[in-house]
Amino acid sequence: MVEDTPKLSVGDLRAWYGQREVIHGISFDINSNEIFGIIGPAQSGKTTLLKTLNRTLEFTAGSRMDGSVKMDGEDVYGIKDVYGYRRRVGMVAPLPVGLPLTIYDNVAFAPRSFGMRDKDQLDALVQKCLEQAALWDEVKDRLGSLGTKLSGGQQQRLTIARALSHQPEVLCLDEFSIAIDPVTTMKIEDVLKELRESMTIILVTNLVQQARRLAKRTMFMLNGEIIEEGETEHMFSGRAENPKTNEFVSGAFG
Amino acid sequence: MNDSQRFTATSFTRAKETREKWVKFLMFVVTLLMAMPVILLISYLINKALPVLSLEFITDIPRNQMSAGGIWPAVLGTIYLVTLSLLVAAPVGVMAGVYLNEYAKDNWLTRLISLAVINLAGVPSIVHALFGLGAFVLFAGLGESVIAASLTLAVMTMPVVITSTREALSAVPMSFREASWNMGVSRWQTIRGVVLPNSVSGILTGVILEVSRAAGETAPIMITGVTASLTFKQGESVYYLLGEKFMALSYHLYYFSTQWTPPRLVLDETSGDMVPMTKAAIEHAEAIPYGTAVVLLGVVLLFNSLSISFRYYLRTHRKW
Repeated sequence: MVEDTPKLSVGDLRAWYGQREVIHGISFDINSNEIFGIIGPAQSGKTTLLKTLNRTLEFTAGSRMDGSVKMDGEDVYGIKDVYGYRRRVGMVAPLPVGLPLTIYDNVAFAPRSFGMRDKDQLDALVQKCLEQAALWDEVKDRLGSLGTKLSGGQQQRLTIARALSHQPEVLCLDEFSIAIDPVTTMKIEDVLKELRESMTIILVTNLVQQARRLAKRTMFMLNGEIIEEGETEHMFSGRAENPKTNEFVSGAFG
Repeated sequence: MNDSQRFTATSFTRAKETREKWVKFLMFVVTLLMAMPVILLISYLINKALPVLSLEFITDIPRNQMSAGGIWPAVLGTIYLVTLSLLVAAPVGVMAGVYLNEYAKDNWLTRLISLAVINLAGVPSIVHALFGLGAFVLFAGLGESVIAASLTLAVMTMPVVITSTREALSAVPMSFREASWNMGVSRWQTIRGVVLPNSVSGILTGVILEVSRAAGETAPIMITGVTASLTFKQGESVYYLLGEKFMALSYHLYYFSTQWTPPRLVLDETSGDMVPMTKAAIEHAEAIPYGTAVVLLGVVLLFNSLSISFRYYLRTHRKW
């Protein structure tokens, strides 16, 4: 099943905030076009891990990391064009962040910053991203109104549309559903299943059932270490290798 | 306890309501008291200035050893001061504020600079005047001039602009920046596209404060270029070269209230003879400082309303 070159390959990754080590040397691979679930309770290093994947950890004062991250076999931290690299990884934060721009500009902001100026091209891209994020029908008549005026669930879909606007190869979703209702969540989950055809998706989630619904393989993190990684169904079968995994997925702790 | 009793007032809830009323009343009275000095001050000034207040007072040059005529050269000098110091202090201050808040890492150098900025804001203006005299008038060789005075004011007001810029920038949520960085947008593009548009109101507030201070300060310009009186010919258009001495409203006010004495003889314009001042002329001259104060307030208000309407324009047109 595993392809020759994984899409993302993390080797002996460590990360620190000041003196505190929050990720203790973890290694794993993510394949192309899969939905890879990462579950684990708070403070287990999931968000930090995502930040090392798109090289935004450096924006946190006092942070540093060690180890390797490879995309398509290429060392990510050796890439000179860091902005170009970040484009290849889409990131959706837990709480929706509608930039205080119009809905249109929210989506067109990143493409413009990379030099896309052509109006028709931008229009087409904005529409495509909003459609992919299942938001187009609700906002197509008011693209010029403020993105921050949308409801929480709509803003989260706007955030996803924005993450798609730079046409990433890997899409990271960091607990995207904590601020939105179940119906919208299901809508977005359907979207993710479609997006999987064209990109690799990393799904960090607190809802273990969400991982079960979507992810082919899942990794369980606890206190900066990988407790278990493998086929999602196996982890949820109650026959996981580590008893802690069984406890977490069955809701005994976390 | 049945339902009808549940919402009836007890002695505790009554005491709470009374306290609520008193606290609200007290704060209302204090707010009114705070507004009183402003109202009194302005009405007192306008009342005293009534004999001279007219459009001519603003547009005319001083006449008859300053006992008559207007204060246009001083108005113009203040406009020069505000504009020139704004041209220097606003861009430099805003850029420094952006650097300190958006780019600078938290290390000893940044902390040292922040400390310097805060201290600079606390330096008394007369000390700034002395610095201006040393740095601009003497060392830079600008002489006592409108440019030297404006630069002194710019140095004095810059910390205010820097501090308010930083305040305004740090009020922009970090998540906006992170969302932008996550998309591979560079720091400068993020600042220009997301951070600055959201902090422009706060930044302009700092600039407004700068204007008010620059227009009103007397000490820093006193020894860097302002002068009590300049002679202008009748009908000559008034302007200053950057290297020239100038008149300014704040100093004019100071000079008139403390140094000026009515001349014994003034020129009678109809006969061309030197005659003693009439009682009415003396009364008129005595109202000049009050008129100057009103005009000074007006100039500050004018500049402030320009900034405020610019701020309003940005808000409405960009829907921030």
